[in-house]
Amino acid sequence: MKQIYFDHNATTPVAPEVFEAMLPYLKDEWGNPSSIHWAGRAPKKAMEEARDMICEFLNCSPVELIFTGNGTESDNLAIKGTALSKKKKGNHIITTRVEHPAVLNTCKYLEKEGFEVTYLGVDKEGIIDIEELKAAITDKTILITVMYANNETGVLMPIKEIGEIAKEKRITFHTDAIQAAGKIPLDTKELNCDLISISAHKFYGPKGVGALYVKRGARVVPLLHGGHHERNRRGGTENVAGIVGFAKAAELAIRDMEAEGKRLALLRSRLEEGLLERTPHTLLNGHKTNRIPNTTNISFEFIEGESLLLNLDMLGVAASSGSACTSGSLEASHVLIAMGLVPEQYHGSVRFSLGKLSTEEDVDYIIEKLPPIVERTRSMSPLWDAEKGTGAEIEFSAKSCLK
Amino acid sequence: MYSEKVMDHFTNPRNVGEIEEADGTGTVGNPECGDIMKLTLKVENDVIKDVKFKTFGCGAAIATSSMVTELVQGKNLNEVEGISNNTVAEALDGLPPVKMHCSNLAADALHAAIDDYKKNHSKE
Repeated sequence: MKQIYFDHNATTPVAPEVFEAMLPYLKDEWGNPSSIHWAGRAPKKAMEEARDMICEFLNCSPVELIFTGNGTESDNLAIKGTALSKKKKGNHIITTRVEHPAVLNTCKYLEKEGFEVTYLGVDKEGIIDIEELKAAITDKTILITVMYANNETGVLMPIKEIGEIAKEKRITFHTDAIQAAGKIPLDTKELNCDLISISAHKFYGPKGVGALYVKRGARVVPLLHGGHHERNRRGGTENVAGIVGFAKAAELAIRDMEAEGKRLALLRSRLEEGLLERTPHTLLNGHKTNRIPNTTNISFEFIEGESLLLNLDMLGVAASSGSACTSGSLEASHVLIAMGLVPEQYHGSVRFSLGKLSTEEDVDYIIEKLPPIVERTRSMSPLWDAEKGTGAEIEFSAKSCLK
Repeated sequence: MYSEKVMDHFTNPRNVGEIEEADGTGTVGNPECGDIMKLTLKVENDVIKDVKFKTFGCGAAIATSSMVTELVQGKNLNEVEGISNNTVAEALDGLPPVKMHCSNLAADALHAAIDDYKKNHSKE
């Protein structure tokens, strides 16, 4: 069977160059980089070189980079670490309703610990209102955390503008740039951020390694107390092979990002136009231009996303959905709800995230196969009136959702 | 994730549609939850002569709807009284635990349709 992978925002395949670069540190160079003897020398050198490469990727200095275990840890370290280091100055945090759970649930945890959190809404295109952000700032505000690219829609937040406001008010500014890294340039000198989270496996690096950029002068209290690793900011023997792979992925991203971004943007347009033209009652979710080039989120109204994903999977196509049924938690997409979509729309959303594996042939295959699936699934839906080709009128029981 | 039987009923659902001038109609769920089932019945002398469903929902929701129609087709109303959501799930060789509640409403739709039939019938 065909295998078509359109879920690069979930994870990406490890690039062959990354795999090759990692191998020596899983095999012969197994030493602990903290050791002063012969066994530690090569791993230590490899790690320093890797750190330099990732600093080139972010345009920052080696002292400004902390390696972590993944993107979630980077977000936790940024948010909890700042909250703890600045708790004497204030207890107010500003974020948005569309963040990744790694940010949202960290903020919710801090609320239980006595911090106050403002969750900014977004407009129908998925972007926050800068004036609303300004109005939310109080003299107790210690941290603003707003994602760069949204994982579900790919929509970009106005990070530079937020950073300028934060700088002026002396508020620490963190951005979760995990979906942006490797897809668009991340230049710390331009972004006005104090803290930036990134993760290797989202751009052809290995799983199990991430990083947090911490601007000189910003202070985060460690989550993991231990040895002197990462300048006492993250205890634990380093994942040397993972870090080396991370650096190779960064190197490839520096080389390929621009050309690959253009290629993916064209493929995405082809996919969007193909699907929207062939299927009525279909909706593109998120800002049309202000987004990373690989992601599209489309709602097929009056049907449920998991049914579509199952049908696509049977054809070998991997994608994801914001429907409640696919979430594991049985909650529908908080991102699409925040954007004002109604249930008939958000349950029928499908995210296609393109990447190195995606070809024009794949796109055309989906354009050919998906519309008949949508039509068949709609013909089974009580929300769809096939004769009129529109939504059906139906009365519901008032029963609340069973979970 | 799903059993073979679930996938079979999902890919080849039985009795899809809506009976015109049905003797009983049952609709359960609502769009917010992501699962809605509408079941229609044709009943003669307390025997289910025809049954059809329309479902908005995930694979489990569609498979349970299809299965319940197969379980009750041609049966006397007395015989189907005991059919519960669990009966339907068992007939499908089980459902993933997370789907046992939210997407397993087919028997509820059946009983709502039978109640509707009885209500209509008693008026005559």
